Amino acid sequence: MTVELGHFALILALALSIVQSVLPVLGARRGDDRMMAVAVPAAFTVFALVALAFAALTAAYVLSDFSVQNVWANSHSQKPLLYKFTGVWGNHEGSMLLWVLILSFFTALVAFFGNNLPPALKANVLAVQAWIGTTFLLFIVATSNPFARMNPAPVEGQDLNPVLQDIGLAVHPPMLYLGYVGFSVCFSFAVAALIDGRIDAAWARWVRPWTLTAWIFLTGGIAMGSYWAYYELGWGGWWFWDPVENASFMPWLAGTALLHSALVMEKRSALKIWTILLAILTFSLSLLGTFLVRSGVLTSVHTFATDPGRGLFILAILVLFIGGSLALFAWRAQSLAPGGLFQPISREGALVFNNLFLTTAAATVLIGTLYPLLLESLTGEKISVGAPFFNLTFGPLMIPLLAAVPFGPLLAWKRGDILAVAQRLMTAFFVALLVVGIVLYRTSASGVLSAFGIGLAVWLMMGALTDLALKAGIGKASLGTMLQRIAGLPRSVFGTALAHFGLGLTLLGIVSVSTFSTESVLVMKPGDGIRAGGYTLRFDGTDPQKTANYTEEQGRFTVLNDEGEVVTDLISSKRFFPVRKMQTTEAGIKTFLFSQLYVSLGDAAKDGGIVVRIWWKPFVTLIWLGAVVMMAGGGMSLLDRRLRIGAPAKAKALKPRAAV
Amino acid sequence: MNRLLPTLILALGLSFAGTSARAVTPDEMLSNPALEKRARIISAELRCMVCQNESIDDSNADLAKDLRLLVRERLVAGDTDEQVLAFLVARYGEFVLLKPRLQTSTLLLWGFPLAVLIAGGVAIVVAIRRRRTTTREPAPLSESEKQQLKKLFTAQGD
Repeated sequence: MTVELGHFALILALALSIVQSVLPVLGARRGDDRMMAVAVPAAFTVFALVALAFAALTAAYVLSDFSVQNVWANSHSQKPLLYKFTGVWGNHEGSMLLWVLILSFFTALVAFFGNNLPPALKANVLAVQAWIGTTFLLFIVATSNPFARMNPAPVEGQDLNPVLQDIGLAVHPPMLYLGYVGFSVCFSFAVAALIDGRIDAAWARWVRPWTLTAWIFLTGGIAMGSYWAYYELGWGGWWFWDPVENASFMPWLAGTALLHSALVMEKRSALKIWTILLAILTFSLSLLGTFLVRSGVLTSVHTFATDPGRGLFILAILVLFIGGSLALFAWRAQSLAPGGLFQPISREGALVFNNLFLTTAAATVLIGTLYPLLLESLTGEKISVGAPFFNLTFGPLMIPLLAAVPFGPLLAWKRGDILAVAQRLMTAFFVALLVVGIVLYRTSASGVLSAFGIGLAVWLMMGALTDLALKAGIGKASLGTMLQRIAGLPRSVFGTALAHFGLGLTLLGIVSVSTFSTESVLVMKPGDGIRAGGYTLRFDGTDPQKTANYTEEQGRFTVLNDEGEVVTDLISSKRFFPVRKMQTTEAGIKTFLFSQLYVSLGDAAKDGGIVVRIWWKPFVTLIWLGAVVMMAGGGMSLLDRRLRIGAPAKAKALKPRAAV
Repeated sequence: MNRLLPTLILALGLSFAGTSARAVTPDEMLSNPALEKRARIISAELRCMVCQNESIDDSNADLAKDLRLLVRERLVAGDTDEQVLAFLVARYGEFVLLKPRLQTSTLLLWGFPLAVLIAGGVAIVVAIRRRRTTTREPAPLSESEKQQLKKLFTAQGD
């Protein structure tokens, strides 16, 4: 009964979504307030209906209702409760429902917070959101119904894929989707502006918080996915240039560019047309990611061709939205008035530089991901494009971009003085140079590239600190005044500094783990020891364990320091899930400050020992810690008063300044 | 299959029967550390053809193991890195290379990033030039405007 209720709610949401797609736009064209006013209650109701459908599916999972085909295929009565919840989106149908739930949530948020928007813009934005919602609801109802029943109902389910039975599934997909789908709001604003033919700095101010929100979640989603892969897959890789990862990385690159160009548009009313285009491209890449992942085209071009239902449907959505919005852009962009002027050397110029490199990087990832598919479907020739290609092309693109980052926030708007800025960055430069020297000395000049990379990371971090120090008036003011000034700085200044600092941290983690990590692969017997990263790891033997839904072989290890004292113990295990007949590794990971000791169990060797893989990964946690700092920077910017339109100015600022 | 991201499995809804052992095992390794190091580097550039976007260095599929042994066999026989790669390409086709070679069919792939960068750079320069020539500097203040301005300033100073 609940299940049918969920199905009905979904169909009702589709019907209402169609209403929301049409009436507000017509109203906006005719200047009919009542028709435009339909958008807000419709947005709330669609969200409520999709939430109801989602709740119904969740209930079926929690109650292990195996008469629902989706639940039967992805759940098991003995599965821990957490995974009964998260299993809802651990499959195609459920994850599409989550996608639409988040989309309708964002639409409802726009409806809720959009009181300060001009009515026509608001009506158009909500209608464009509904266009997206309608097509995806149609996709679910027509090709991916999660509520399909089975008769007779099986007694037991087929269990969730063991790799997905992890806390990562609770956090990673929702966060990623919040990011992906969050960019739909920017897209809708862009399309609405094109329909309206009007765009100004206020538009950028309305769009920026949404861009920031989506960006924060996407950053978190990607970082979380990376860490999940790192600890779950059992060999400590954290990024694979896998098409699925690329699918989330492309919108991130474009979204980061959008974040920066919207800044120029808001402050200087320049780059309007480009910002609109970027907003369209960012969400198009999100849609493309959804297509790549959902259509099955990645597994093989042939599966896609032989099972065209879903794939072709998503391809049609893709063509409709990307093609449609780009055509609209080509038609209307000329009607938008160009904005403010600026010199090439200026804050605007720096942000244009940023956009050029980020867009090229996104294009590089795009071609690398799609090229094998295109080539095979056009000529039948099969090639592979993997990590070595991306490292060789993406890497060099990042170097000039990262090197330029500290200059950006220090350059003046409109017309900057690069020499003066370079002078102010001297300290940061010399600190970075010193670090390069130290690394070269310590590695006896063998690691030139890694020394350079670490220097670049230090340069980024020092650059971020320099920005704050200069804005506080270092060297010119007393400590008290500096603190006062720091406290008075807009939050977006801290946001910028934090985000750029976090980027430096991530880079530091990446460089040190890719060049200084050590690996040992060997057969160990109880009592054997091995050196790893300044510690000795002793193997103590294995123990069998058993829980409700898996059996486990636990390898016990002890970590000893140079004096032979016990520092900590460590357990690395292999799990076997009988229902799916699958084995997973649970790597043993111990964190020492920022570095990690990573131990993974292999198969039993012939002579009674067991194959053990041990990695020492110096500063590896900085990769994700940096992402968290970047997110904090984004959050800080989001809290900036200037982005909350209509927020009254601080009373303190209005007080006449007494003699200082 | 372990090389696969959970995301991929989640995303594609694929189910794999796999084990957890990771790639290269001690019995495969060469006693000569220099050769073994080269073997690892070469392995990272070769695709395990029965896996999803996974190098033979990361994969525990039987095929990957065979290829790893083959790479080491060729190295011991005295092949250079290029010869090993050429040998594998001759046997399995271009598909085996994770970094495609530069040839007519991959020209667009390798050229695209640079082309985008250059096209973008040119577009920016052209846009700046055009803006500079089409927008005039604001006309200088006329004599009467200067007088007006002066009046305003002196009025404020009172």
